[in-house]
Amino acid sequence: MSDMAAWLLVWPVAIPLIGSALAIALWGRPNAQSAIGLIAITLQLVASLALLGHVWTNGPIAMSMGGWPAPFGIALAADTLGAGLTVAASAVALAILVYGLADTNIEQRRAGIIPLLLALMMGVAGAFLTADIFNLYVWFEVTLISSFGLMVLGGRREQLDGAVKYAFLNLLATTLLLIAIALLYGMTGTLSMADLSGKVANLPDDAPVETIALLFLVSLGMKSALFPLHFWLPAAYHTPLPTVSAIFAALLTKVGVYSLLRVFMIVFPDGGEIAREAMVWIAVATMIVGALGALAEADIRRVISYTVMSGVGVMVGGLAIGTELALIGTTFYIIHSIIVSAALFMAAGMVARAGGGTRIGDLAGLYKGAPFIAVAFLISGLSLAGVPPLAGFWPKVYLVQAGLQAGEYAIVAGVLASGFLTLILVGRIFALVFWREATDGARVTAADTASTSSANDSTLLKSALGALAALTFVIGVYSVPVVDMSSRAAAELLAPEAYIEAVFQSPAQTAAADTDSAEAPR
Amino acid sequence: METILAILVGFLFAISVYLLLSGSLIRLILGVFVLGNATHLLIFVSGRLTRESPPLIDKGLKIAEVGIANPLPQALILTAIVISFSLFAFLLVLSRRAYRTLDTVDTDEMRIAEPEPDTQPMRGRDV
Amino acid sequence: MNSLILRTATPLLSGLMLLFSIYVLLRGHNEPGGGFIGGLIGASAFAVYAIAEGLAAARRALVVPPITIAGTGLLLAALSGVISILFGDPFLTGQWWFPSFAPDMKLASTVVLFDVGVYLVVVGAIAGIAFALQGRE
Repeated sequence: MSDMAAWLLVWPVAIPLIGSALAIALWGRPNAQSAIGLIAITLQLVASLALLGHVWTNGPIAMSMGGWPAPFGIALAADTLGAGLTVAASAVALAILVYGLADTNIEQRRAGIIPLLLALMMGVAGAFLTADIFNLYVWFEVTLISSFGLMVLGGRREQLDGAVKYAFLNLLATTLLLIAIALLYGMTGTLSMADLSGKVANLPDDAPVETIALLFLVSLGMKSALFPLHFWLPAAYHTPLPTVSAIFAALLTKVGVYSLLRVFMIVFPDGGEIAREAMVWIAVATMIVGALGALAEADIRRVISYTVMSGVGVMVGGLAIGTELALIGTTFYIIHSIIVSAALFMAAGMVARAGGGTRIGDLAGLYKGAPFIAVAFLISGLSLAGVPPLAGFWPKVYLVQAGLQAGEYAIVAGVLASGFLTLILVGRIFALVFWREATDGARVTAADTASTSSANDSTLLKSALGALAALTFVIGVYSVPVVDMSSRAAAELLAPEAYIEAVFQSPAQTAAADTDSAEAPR
Repeated sequence: METILAILVGFLFAISVYLLLSGSLIRLILGVFVLGNATHLLIFVSGRLTRESPPLIDKGLKIAEVGIANPLPQALILTAIVISFSLFAFLLVLSRRAYRTLDTVDTDEMRIAEPEPDTQPMRGRDV
Repeated sequence: MNSLILRTATPLLSGLMLLFSIYVLLRGHNEPGGGFIGGLIGASAFAVYAIAEGLAAARRALVVPPITIAGTGLLLAALSGVISILFGDPFLTGQWWFPSFAPDMKLASTVVLFDVGVYLVVVGAIAGIAFALQGRE
């Protein structure tokens, strides 16, 4: 029964919603909440794996909420890209949650980290799986509201400072997104992305498609921290708890990049030339400015924040080239970046536990006391720089080749230069923080690491970080499944007919079968 | 009517941009608030203004006999209002806490998360 | 708030407001009204009570913490959408039950369950915010 298969779409969103509701109802009971969190994220991972499996064998599926026929109903829809990213997001969220349970103290958990984390995961899954552009905005806001709560958790001074900038600029970005959606709706009279796909192409020549495409680029670019709208990211990402930094870096900018892919490949497959032209240079500037910014920072967590930004440039570079090869690279890079950004922030949090801070100048010789962190950091960092055989190498190969074929040499140069700069800074952090001999000037407190954390906690932290570092290694060595998935995702983005058809064929109520009577009032 | 509302929307956007360019948190909050309202009005105008009957279909009919107003923009605006209301409440509380903790509402003075660099980047003090 | 008039009127007033909020909630099934607006009225009943009788009395009157109410409401709303899986319909499809003894009753439906969920979320969240703001002073 196809209806039941379509329910696979609902669970990745509904499970964290139910978990979050239960956890809110059990407010102030951190142990029960932790159990709910673990169960909910595990179930979300299982559900999204089942969804990906179904999409892989049967092609894109969709379900219209409440059985209203498309395009009037609000639909959830999944193609390989959406389902694959949901799997990656929930898998990494599980690792981050395990890390968070060991890293946070009881007071921080009492303040509600689990319900907020689950609400964030609901928003992320919703954004990946929605087929309605207004609902995309709503899921952005769900993610944003829960991220505000996570951001200020702990309430230290620098957190409030970072949160002010994060909150205002992100709110501005989502409002701009809403403006773009309102104008698009005013022109086409529809909000379903599948329906928009055809209607935008048939608009009269004097319709302001270019303006709206640029507005989408500005608002989603601000959400994904594209140059020159990136300032909130390095101002904010290093301030919250390490767990929160990890989940932000892993998921939030990627939701922005995913939406850029959706909007420019499905809604404006042909229009938006100016935006595409601008995107090339914005992507190159983001890669280079991110890498240079990282090189200029003296705090590990700020360095990683800038590398997250540089990675966004690489992903958008693939979208700007826009060929199949480039989109394979972009999809692969998003998955790689979700894993590695989380791993690096986790490693930074463990460095702070082991060395008492994250300022590079204050740290030295951590390899002796904490070889595990050192190795995991090195693997993740080298993967970020794109060193073979780690996961970060393959997407860059695809992107460089795509850039050479399409004649986009600026992007090729940007990818190579940012990779080179990333390699320098990973090497420098490793040499200074982990490798150099500790002298009087620098702190070495690795010996008394265990002072605050029990051995049990430290095992959990290590297993979470180790799992992600191992994952980036395994994907690098055996990249066939991810390449296959990315290829399918890229092909579907370039030929979205199956996706569009799935939305229009989504199971509707029997009573609503005669759709001609449901003409939209205009 | 649409022209008048379009001018009003533009006017509200102008006000909000002016307020958002300020460096004071209070003005920023007001700017975000005006921006939200301008956007809601924009959605309203985008849905076309009609002075027709409410979007209710009489019993036994499948489609309205007379022209009816477009109900979708109102649903969108209601959603957007609820969301912006909650975000606005959060911004107010955040700004108040930030003022109490940081002792300033001037964004130029908020440099705790991003202090001026005091050492050369990437170098240890002992190097 | 030390006003005799307010303190005398409040129990009556907030009782009426609560009753009215439930009326608005149920009325929303077929006419203007609904969970959101009903919830706002209900939350203001508790806010008024807190102004007149103090925060502690208002918390006692609510019996459970506001955030628990909000969580329960969210859970109800989510479950009301999931129920349709039992009938093979898409997520959030409304399901009605017309019992033989009362075929005209329109209230036994997942739609009402969803609205009750919204009502509880709004009561819990707004009352929680109102209490928190009053508690600071």
